[in-house]
Amino acid sequence: MVIAEFSPLTALAGGMLIGAAAVLLMLANGRIMGIAGILGGLLNGARDPDTSWRLAFVAGLLVPALSAGLVGGLKGPAVDLGLPVLLAAGFLVGFGSRMGNGCTSGHGICGLSRLSIRSLAAVVTFMLVCGLTVYASRHLWGG
Amino acid sequence: MKRLLSAFAAGLLFGGGLLLSGMADPARVLGFFDLFGLWDPTLALVMAGGLGVTALGYRWCLRRSGPLCAVHYQIPTSQSLDARLFVGSALFGLGWGLVGYCPGPAILAAGGGVYQALWFCLAMVAGMALWKMLEQGSAAQAGAPQRG
Repeated sequence: MVIAEFSPLTALAGGMLIGAAAVLLMLANGRIMGIAGILGGLLNGARDPDTSWRLAFVAGLLVPALSAGLVGGLKGPAVDLGLPVLLAAGFLVGFGSRMGNGCTSGHGICGLSRLSIRSLAAVVTFMLVCGLTVYASRHLWGG
Repeated sequence: MKRLLSAFAAGLLFGGGLLLSGMADPARVLGFFDLFGLWDPTLALVMAGGLGVTALGYRWCLRRSGPLCAVHYQIPTSQSLDARLFVGSALFGLGWGLVGYCPGPAILAAGGGVYQALWFCLAMVAGMALWKMLEQGSAAQAGAPQRG
C-alpha cells in the first residue's frame, strides 16, 4: 500500500473541532448535529420552529466557508467530472442521506458516539458503497 | 437568542474543523477510500478526533437533566434496521464516492464559491426535496400523521 502525504495533527485537531461543535449543539440545544437533517429540515420552511436555529447553524458554517473562499483556500474536485456526474452525485447524496436519516456527521460522528446500532449499520453501508464506487471509477473504468 | 447563538457557534466550529482537517478537499476524502491507489489516512484521524470528543462530551451532557437553552434532549430512539436505512445509506455512499462531497463539505465549498460544489448542492437540495415529497405522499396515503 502506498500512503499519500498527509498531516495527522491537523486532521486530528480538525476532527476534535467537529466533535466540539456536536457537543455544543447537544449541550445548548439538545440536538444531534446532522448536516443532512439540518439542511433537509430547512425545507419545512418558516412554520417549523426549528428553522431558525438551523439557519443560524448554516450561517455559522458559511463564515469559514466565505473566509476560505476569499483567500482561495478551497479546492474543487481534482478530476473534471462534468456537470451530469456532479448533479447525479449531489442528487444521490441529498436523497440518500434523507432516506437513510443521516450522513457522515449525523450517523458517523453523532450516531457512533452514542453507540446507535442504526448509525453503525448506516456508516458501514455508506462507507462500503463509497469505497466500491471509488474502486470502480478509478481502477475498473479509468478516471 | 441563546439557542441561535449556540447553533451559529456550532456551525462555525464545524466549518472550521472541516477546513482544518482537510475534509473540505474532496480529493482527500476520496483518497481515504482508494486503498488500491495512493491511500490517504486523513479521514480516519478526523473521525477518531471527532468520535473521541463527541463520545466523551455526549456522556457528560446527557448526565445533566437537560440542555442549556431548550426543554429536553431530542435523541433518536429507533433501533430498527429497516430497508430504508440500508437503501438510503447505499445511495448516499454512491453519490459520496462519485465526487467526494458529503453534505457538510459540499455546503462549505459551495459557500466558498467552488462552482462544482454549487451545482452539487443544487442537486442535493433537489434530492432532499424529492425524498420529502415521497415521504409525505406515503404518509398521507397510509393515513399516518405527518412528521415535521
